[in-house]
Amino acid sequence: MTAAAPVTAVGTQEADIASAARLRLRHRRVTVFFSQIGLLIVLLGGWQLVVGADQLKIVLYGEPSGIFDQLVTWFRDGTAIGPLWQQIAATLEEALIGFVIGTALGIFSGITLGRIRFLAEVFSPYIKVLNSIPRIVLGSVFVLALGLGIESKILLVIVLVFFGVFFNAFQGVREVDRNFIANATILGASRWEVTWHVVLPSAFTWIVASLHVSFGFALIGAIVGEFLGGYQGLGELIKNAQGTFNANGVWAAMVILGVVALIAEFFITRLENRLLRWRPPQLSGPEL
Amino acid sequence: MSNPSPLFSTPLSTRQPAIDLQNVTKRFTTPSGSSYTAIRDLTLQVAPGEFCAIVGPTGCGKSTTLTLVSGLEHPSAGKVEVHGKQVIGITPGVGFMFQTDAVLPWKSVLDNVIMGPRFRGTDKVNAIASAKDWIRRVGLAGFEDRFPHQLSGGMRKRVALAQSLINEPAVLLMDEPFSALDVQTRAIMSNELLELWDVTRPAVIFVTHDLEEAIALADKVVVMTAGPGGTVKNTFHIDLPRPRVVQEIRFERRFVDLYQQIWEALRSEVDIAYSQSTHADMKAAS
Repeated sequence: MTAAAPVTAVGTQEADIASAARLRLRHRRVTVFFSQIGLLIVLLGGWQLVVGADQLKIVLYGEPSGIFDQLVTWFRDGTAIGPLWQQIAATLEEALIGFVIGTALGIFSGITLGRIRFLAEVFSPYIKVLNSIPRIVLGSVFVLALGLGIESKILLVIVLVFFGVFFNAFQGVREVDRNFIANATILGASRWEVTWHVVLPSAFTWIVASLHVSFGFALIGAIVGEFLGGYQGLGELIKNAQGTFNANGVWAAMVILGVVALIAEFFITRLENRLLRWRPPQLSGPEL
Repeated sequence: MSNPSPLFSTPLSTRQPAIDLQNVTKRFTTPSGSSYTAIRDLTLQVAPGEFCAIVGPTGCGKSTTLTLVSGLEHPSAGKVEVHGKQVIGITPGVGFMFQTDAVLPWKSVLDNVIMGPRFRGTDKVNAIASAKDWIRRVGLAGFEDRFPHQLSGGMRKRVALAQSLINEPAVLLMDEPFSALDVQTRAIMSNELLELWDVTRPAVIFVTHDLEEAIALADKVVVMTAGPGGTVKNTFHIDLPRPRVVQEIRFERRFVDLYQQIWEALRSEVDIAYSQSTHADMKAAS
């Protein structure tokens, strides 16, 4: 009897602590969520108020309600250069194809140069030069060389995506734990098997981290490519809106781009969790 | 098994050590061009099936000796032979257990253990069967699908042990394999190591800082001099009977005697190494 009493007391205490912790966590989530909504209202409301009913300011800066109206019109009636979904699809196609090719090339070159020291030393100055030029300017060259079609945009996207992925892959190879390589080698792995079983998985933590930034570059490449010359796409839509003093149109296209980027980010995070599921979960520690 | 040729009048097993280092020197060159001598003129032999422990102060070249035998590094001078063959490239038939975790964190326990046979060309079905058998032998049955981060430090060492032993190495090199473990887990792992070692009886070089561990495990304890340019100072034969229970053997009279003898040899080297490192620290500080 005397022994049983403290045991039940401890049990309820633990349950209390756990439910209190859950409550605290939920409370915190709700607070964060409403703060986020509040911030959005303040920003958009402030914008709307500052612009007010001043027609000149609306033309110059746009206004949130006008942007919303513009989006509705585009979705319902299509844009000046064709249905909205066609523009989104065109930009996405350029960005995705370029992203995939650029990423693949970046990983391949990074791993190859990382593994073969001689090649790294030979190529190093050329890569530094290529990386230091503002690559966005190459867009003009590509449009001149390949015309206004999809090829020039894809090439620009590849060039923009490649270097980020390449440098991360290269660094990732350099950062591989030497013991992992020694261990696999002694277990009987050939150089190629070491690359496949040890170097590549290890470098993927670096490579996947670069994909988040790279997809942003892919969208920029596609949009700028369309700016520089094209028939369709969100970049063309923005150029059109700018040409007709339609600030709301520019903002509306930007909203669409933002949504596209967020969706892509979601999928890249899924991919990241899938590829890196062997990593220990982050444990909570004291906030310092 | 006697050979008619007069050249082989004695059986190979007594003639030929499993590991043979003759007057080996290893120099490392730093990128700035200066060189560092890790071991100098080291001679050491380990017979087939012999358990040899190397003790010595920090920086005396213990680990370098292992990398030379494994073929990860090659000597600047002298001769390194394993089973009578000079070491060129990675030595075949060698297992290596590292001080830090070297099991691949992105592979499950099974995929880690299976690597050795797969790299050596065993087909997948047989490799899985033998990997499962070894996982069971090191006491990890049921954990095949776990990732290393889901295991404790001792369990990761078991994975590393299975990973090395599955190749049935004739030579097993261990570089302070249990130094990261807590004292109790370490004793348990040492016992299990001895049991597993007894099954296939590879020649072992076991590098450690811990003299107690060395005496409890080994047939022969080699004391190295302080580095740079460490070499063999003394060799002690451990005549404690096997099988041994690592946790209890240290209370035996003979164990204590051996400990005192070897410590006598080791102490002066530890003092030299310590005064060198504090000198270097004080130089760096001033």
